[in-house]
Amino acid sequence: MRRYIVFIPLVLFFALGVLLWRGLQLDPTELPSALIDKPMPSFQLSSLQDSQRMLTEADLKFDEPVLLNVWATWCPSCKAEHAQLNRMATQEGVKIIGVNYKDERSKAKVWLEKYLNPYVINIYDDKGSLGLDLGVYGAPETYILDAKGVIRYKHVGVVDERVWQQLKGVMASLQSEAAS
Amino acid sequence: MRRWLVLFALLLPLQAFAAIDTYEFKDEASRVRFQQLTDELRCPKCQNQNLADSNSPIAKDLRTEIHRMLGEDQSDDEIIDFMVARYGEFVLYKPRKTASTWVLWYGPFVLLAFGALVIVLISRRKRKPQAEVVDACSDEVQDASLSEADAQRLNAMLKQDGDQ
Repeated sequence: MRRYIVFIPLVLFFALGVLLWRGLQLDPTELPSALIDKPMPSFQLSSLQDSQRMLTEADLKFDEPVLLNVWATWCPSCKAEHAQLNRMATQEGVKIIGVNYKDERSKAKVWLEKYLNPYVINIYDDKGSLGLDLGVYGAPETYILDAKGVIRYKHVGVVDERVWQQLKGVMASLQSEAAS
Repeated sequence: MRRWLVLFALLLPLQAFAAIDTYEFKDEASRVRFQQLTDELRCPKCQNQNLADSNSPIAKDLRTEIHRMLGEDQSDDEIIDFMVARYGEFVLYKPRKTASTWVLWYGPFVLLAFGALVIVLISRRKRKPQAEVVDACSDEVQDASLSEADAQRLNAMLKQDGDQ
């Protein structure tokens, strides 16, 4: 028994090594969102297309899981993911809510005419107040809201086909959860 | 004239510095609190910088937000809660003492105590066998726990053994 004691430091070394090695594989830019499982923060902002129309969190309740996409015309990655969002909206009928984050209304409108509009509604958040309440730290960010308007998932960065498959899985499980 | 130019040149960097800090505080105390908060809160975008350091737009927004909240006389805890509610525990450069951060705060001390314990145990174990060896080698047994008569008997027996 006693002679095995000398191996304790070696075992500890390997345990620490594995822990730190695993740490190296993590992506430090992916933060856990503090808002997961919390309801959508309340807001009152105008619609991007119609400055007279006020939107609140009550307008975001669809009876199915939806995506909420934070975008801006100044953000190059948003341009990169736009085609994918269009494809998801037109071909797969996904409802996407847009949050136009710290942008200019005229520029954003031109962008949507030019690159097509995948969004069912677009919230015009020029001051970034809703973005702040959502904990947005870099566009594009994509959230999944469930049928009750609760935030269930967050993805920071471009939505491509691979990420979409992941999001789709989460949305499908939320759908079946709501149905049961 | 030249003297005035030199004086003016000396004033220039001061003006440039003043342009950076555009926040105005109602008193010195809130200015100090602002600096403390922006020092202790981490920028969510530039992860190795605090809010005071970072030039990213989000850090600027959060600085403005802290400044607004200080103006509304909110306490440090309220401001920190506001940030944590949105960006998570991640933004705290000084993590709170909760069950999940216990290891972070006290782990090093536990390790230190463990190390000290190991050193004490090892040094004790090393001393003991040496003492035994010395005893065994000496011809005469002089152990305090033995009575005089026993010691004499034992010495006699040892001598006998040595003779054989």
